[in-house]
Amino acid sequence: MVDEGRRDFLKKAGIAAAAIPFANLRIPVIDVTLEEFFQKHYKEMSEEEKQRVIERLEKQHKEKYGVDVEIMTTPPRKGVVWGYALNIQKCIGCRRCVYACVRENNQSRANPEEPWRGEIQWIRVLEFEKFEIHPGGKAKDFRTKFGEVIAGINLEESEHYYYPPHVPEKDKFYMPIQCQQCERPPCVKVCPTKATWKEPDGIIVVDYNWCIGCRFCIAACPYWARRFNWSDPYIRREEINPKMHYLGNRIRMRGVVEKCTFCIQRTRNGRYPACVEICPVGARKFGNLLDPESEVRRVIEKKRVFRLKEELGTQPKFFYFID
Amino acid sequence: MRKFIDFVLTSVRLALTGSRKYYAWLASLLIMVLFGAFTYYYQLKYGLIITDIRDQVSWGSYIANFTFLVGVAAAAVMIVLPAYLYNYKEFKHITIFGELMAVSALVMVLTFVLVDLGRIDRVLHLMPVTGTPNWPQSMLTWDVIVLNGYLFLNLLIPGYLLYKAYLREPPRKWIKIFILISIPWAISIHTVTAFLYGGLAARPFWNTAVMAPRFLASAFTAGPAFIIIILQIIRKYTCIGQPGCKLVVSDRALFTLAHIALISMLVNLFFLGSEIYTVGYAATSHIAPLKYLFFGLEHDGVLYNKLQPYMWVAITIEIIAALLLLFPKTRKNFKTLNIACIFAFVGIWIEKGMGLVIPGFIPTPIGEIWEYYPTLMEIMITLAVWALGLLVYTLLLKIAIGILAEDVVHPSAKGKEMPEHH
Repeated sequence: MVDEGRRDFLKKAGIAAAAIPFANLRIPVIDVTLEEFFQKHYKEMSEEEKQRVIERLEKQHKEKYGVDVEIMTTPPRKGVVWGYALNIQKCIGCRRCVYACVRENNQSRANPEEPWRGEIQWIRVLEFEKFEIHPGGKAKDFRTKFGEVIAGINLEESEHYYYPPHVPEKDKFYMPIQCQQCERPPCVKVCPTKATWKEPDGIIVVDYNWCIGCRFCIAACPYWARRFNWSDPYIRREEINPKMHYLGNRIRMRGVVEKCTFCIQRTRNGRYPACVEICPVGARKFGNLLDPESEVRRVIEKKRVFRLKEELGTQPKFFYFID
Repeated sequence: MRKFIDFVLTSVRLALTGSRKYYAWLASLLIMVLFGAFTYYYQLKYGLIITDIRDQVSWGSYIANFTFLVGVAAAAVMIVLPAYLYNYKEFKHITIFGELMAVSALVMVLTFVLVDLGRIDRVLHLMPVTGTPNWPQSMLTWDVIVLNGYLFLNLLIPGYLLYKAYLREPPRKWIKIFILISIPWAISIHTVTAFLYGGLAARPFWNTAVMAPRFLASAFTAGPAFIIIILQIIRKYTCIGQPGCKLVVSDRALFTLAHIALISMLVNLFFLGSEIYTVGYAATSHIAPLKYLFFGLEHDGVLYNKLQPYMWVAITIEIIAALLLLFPKTRKNFKTLNIACIFAFVGIWIEKGMGLVIPGFIPTPIGEIWEYYPTLMEIMITLAVWALGLLVYTLLLKIAIGILAEDVVHPSAKGKEMPEHH
């Protein structure tokens, strides 16, 4: 113990000695300080370095947005791999999950003064026709009396922008899509700088301070789960959620990619993701895949489940099911 | 060392002196570069929001031009290979123009990648020591290696040969090793670039084995087409082509290049046709991007087809170019040859630039149709990068022609004849 304390002290002394001169000097136009410029990859930082970065980031949040925030670095828990299950039979397409996610995760909001900048949303809810028959069909050669039928989950027939007065609409069903937290994530494979990776609890995270913004991961994701900060995020002071995680919902900067983290700031501290909590019909289930008693494991075992684009071999930890 | 400094100084002098027309050309390119740099300043300050690239179509004009120009850079091999492996005499005099084309194309390639980055300040995260390159997993790290390696080779080889010519000394044997390495290396740069796309299972439009072969075929059409035009311009405006000039650009060399362009174009159209057949006949849901490209996609009664006219123009002029190159009568007539070359170049620029990158994103992997069309600012930056490449090419050509054709030599080599090996 004594030894550890001593080592700690030496480490701190070492950092102080190696501190960057003019750390607070700001490079104009790109608007980063020298200290930010020389910041290491999150996984290569020592605990002390992490602490320093967190302090700086908290200070920056205060300066920029006038809000006291707490940025956590809660590590993954041992023996936990998070999984998700969503009952598409129950989902009513109300999109409360979409907006709860935005509030929880400090996404950039629509700025009324700059209408070309939309709100960043991590969940997209698709609306499908339960079935649709075009009698006779279009193709003459294959014409039968029954005709062309559109039914089931055909992504290309989905509606992304539906605005009826009430949901659910008759003859429609809904399917929310967000990051599927793949066991074999194509986005991680293509990232040229290891700025995105899979944590031991199965969550795919991004170090927003390491991403170079090449957007290769966006092209590689089969679920369209990643978003880019095309400009500086716009978020009103009173809308900021001050409970943040370094790898999660801290406010991003322009030019980097972001995505769903199963609300890492919540789930690593014993809470449900915001989308699970808000769902008015209980369609969303979340839990530890390694725990046979967890709700999500029970769903997988007892219900008819499927995963999106199973044929791509990405092995999502996000399961859809019906009762 | 002294001699090398003289070489550098002479090169700078050669590059910066010229006729009034030469200055006017340089100035117009420079103005375009400056306009683009000014526009880029806004992009740096406000983000990629100034472009029309969005989450749905997350790469646009920059990456489309990047892809096309990697091909132009690779195409230098079509001159180097016959000259060095088959000892084809007609090409010996023009290899340097091909290699310098590769250099300028690579300047554009690298600039396009840089302007596309959201955080250019973090570009060193790609490099070892200063960063954490995800090698060998990420194809982009491979691209960094092969593109920079190819740039190095194409600076070294012509640089060394020009230096030796400046001294009127025969080049040493070791350079041959680098020349031979540059041949497969050229193939590698375009293969890796094709693999960036081909490896993405999320994007069925790109996820095809024909991607790399198709990339090479189209590159070996566009590159020679471009250089045929350039060589004629050089022949017109410099001492080349006049009696007594040390450097010869023969008609035969140009017609051989035209032949290469013809065969590559036919192969390219064959690959494109194979792709269209395979996707079209099977008619699975993977047909959507191709349908978007050629006919547009309909959703809720709205037809989305912004790319459609461009693609039809591209295919039409590619076929016209192929026909003009096919018949000896039109291939060996400079008027029709030049039309063919311009058509081939522009056709492929559309087909494997925007025509390849954009449909990959439409519809999105979860079925949304969202169209991309570059903004004015984006176009300004794109044009500026092209102007930068042409500026670099002009300066390099000026130096090369000065030393090889206009008898600019080191004082110690005055009166010496050019050794055989050059």
